[in-house]
Amino acid sequence: MQVKQISIFMENRAGRLEEITGVLAQAKINIRAISLADTSDFGILRLIVNKPQQAEEILRQAGFTIRENSVIACVIEDRPGGLHKMLDLFAKSGMSIEYMYGFFERHSDKAVMIIRVADPEKAIKILLEGGIELLSGEKVYSL
Amino acid sequence: MLIWNPPVETMPRNELLSLQLERLRTIMRHAYDNVPFYKKVFDENGVVPEHIKSLKDLQTVPFTTKAQMQASYPYNMFAVPMEKVVRIHSSSGTTGKPTVVGYTRNDLDNWSELIARLLTAAGVTRNDIIQISFGYGMFTGGFGLHYGAEKVGATVIPVSSGNTDRQLMIMRDFKTTGLVCTPSYAIYLAEAMQEANIKRDELHLRVGMFGAEPWTESMRVEIESRLGISATDNYGLSEVMGPGVSMECQVKKGMHISEDHFIAEIIDPETGKNLPNGTMGELVLTTLTKEAIPVIRYRTRDITCLLDEPCACGRTFVRMCKPQGRSDDMLIIRGVNVFPSQIETVLVEMEETDPHYQLVITREGALDELEIKVEVNEAFFSDEMRQMREIEEKIRQKIKNALGLSAKIKLVEPKSIERSTGKAKRVVDLRKKS
Repeated sequence: MQVKQISIFMENRAGRLEEITGVLAQAKINIRAISLADTSDFGILRLIVNKPQQAEEILRQAGFTIRENSVIACVIEDRPGGLHKMLDLFAKSGMSIEYMYGFFERHSDKAVMIIRVADPEKAIKILLEGGIELLSGEKVYSL
Repeated sequence: MLIWNPPVETMPRNELLSLQLERLRTIMRHAYDNVPFYKKVFDENGVVPEHIKSLKDLQTVPFTTKAQMQASYPYNMFAVPMEKVVRIHSSSGTTGKPTVVGYTRNDLDNWSELIARLLTAAGVTRNDIIQISFGYGMFTGGFGLHYGAEKVGATVIPVSSGNTDRQLMIMRDFKTTGLVCTPSYAIYLAEAMQEANIKRDELHLRVGMFGAEPWTESMRVEIESRLGISATDNYGLSEVMGPGVSMECQVKKGMHISEDHFIAEIIDPETGKNLPNGTMGELVLTTLTKEAIPVIRYRTRDITCLLDEPCACGRTFVRMCKPQGRSDDMLIIRGVNVFPSQIETVLVEMEETDPHYQLVITREGALDELEIKVEVNEAFFSDEMRQMREIEEKIRQKIKNALGLSAKIKLVEPKSIERSTGKAKRVVDLRKKS
């Protein structure tokens, strides 16, 4: 149930993000979700794309510093309390989230939260038992 | 272990010291009689060459400085008429006028002898094919190593510096076994090899003689493992000869100074007082055989120490440690003396980082600010900001412990710091402009 995410180290300077999107655009790779964590000096760009392996290869070839990780994609009801229901499961089990970001899924009118935790196996178990729908990697790439 | 000139290089210490004293008196007389600069300095300070009764008496003789050598531009330090000078070299002159040095026929022969010792100590024999990737020209590195390698009887490829693709092609196709260049260029070549997808097995390389800039033990480990060679350090400076003043043997614990041609002393750079062996200080060199330009007590500005314990290789010459910095490179930041090599040591000791860094010094009002750019590599890059900040903090803390100075750490992308093919550019001091 895990989804491949590509993280890219980037210096905070004009045009750098555009260089990354340019490389992906040229290879006809579609970005499903994107998140940027930054300080004043550098940023960590996190991407979910339709072809993770290919994206990793071409970005590395283009000289970027890359890391691939696994994250979890949770389906959230797009209504008040939807996110709370999921977070409540984490809080009750004493599990912390390293980071998360979301995107809206246009076919089902639902929101998808991408979650990164230290122990994904355990998190998946808790979420499934709590009645949260998870999306497989293939499902997310093909959305 | 191979020694080029065993009778001299393993001479008993007492014989060596007698030889030094005899040569010192001769060279001081030569300097006094033929160089107006030395006549004036000696007369003003009551120095009489024949009054030098022991090597310790040398300590009463004034120093020669780089500034004085520059002021003698171009030929005022020469002790022989131009008809006896067969070669000229000079420093690059980036810090003012170039320092011009000359060599007689005998000087060149002695220089080749010193380089032959250097190469032999590194493991080179007549069976080797030596690629000299030092620049040929006014810089002493190229020609210096060239004639010494010929003296050993090795096959010399005088490729000179630059054009990395061509260097690699020659290294592979000409079956180079020995490489001569700067240590930073050796690392650059290893990187270029990887990019060009040249496998180690395609090369015949087995030894590397690296000099002309300071480098660390960890750089040696990196070079030796990436290029699959034995890497040795060597030291010299054009003012006293060029490369070949001292060189590492296979033991790789300090560089043997050819004491039949030079007297080495260590002084406190502040007071000028001599320091005992084993203590860090500025290296001072006196040439004992140089005809064209005898140099008495030259302040090298290199910070090092002398080791006089016997060496396992059998050579009796003292060894000097790897220079810990040059007082030219020494930065004074918020009143603290900082050598870029200290920062390099911190970074290479940390497993996470590569030794690619740059210091940027600025002044905010009256306060100096030090920023250290450090290249990120994939081994420590994490998608979690917390971990990245922890590494930043770890570097910051280690630098603070090493320098006694707080620095701002800036993580930058790999290969974003300029790799120079010659001396590495590690420092950007923006205070000078303001």
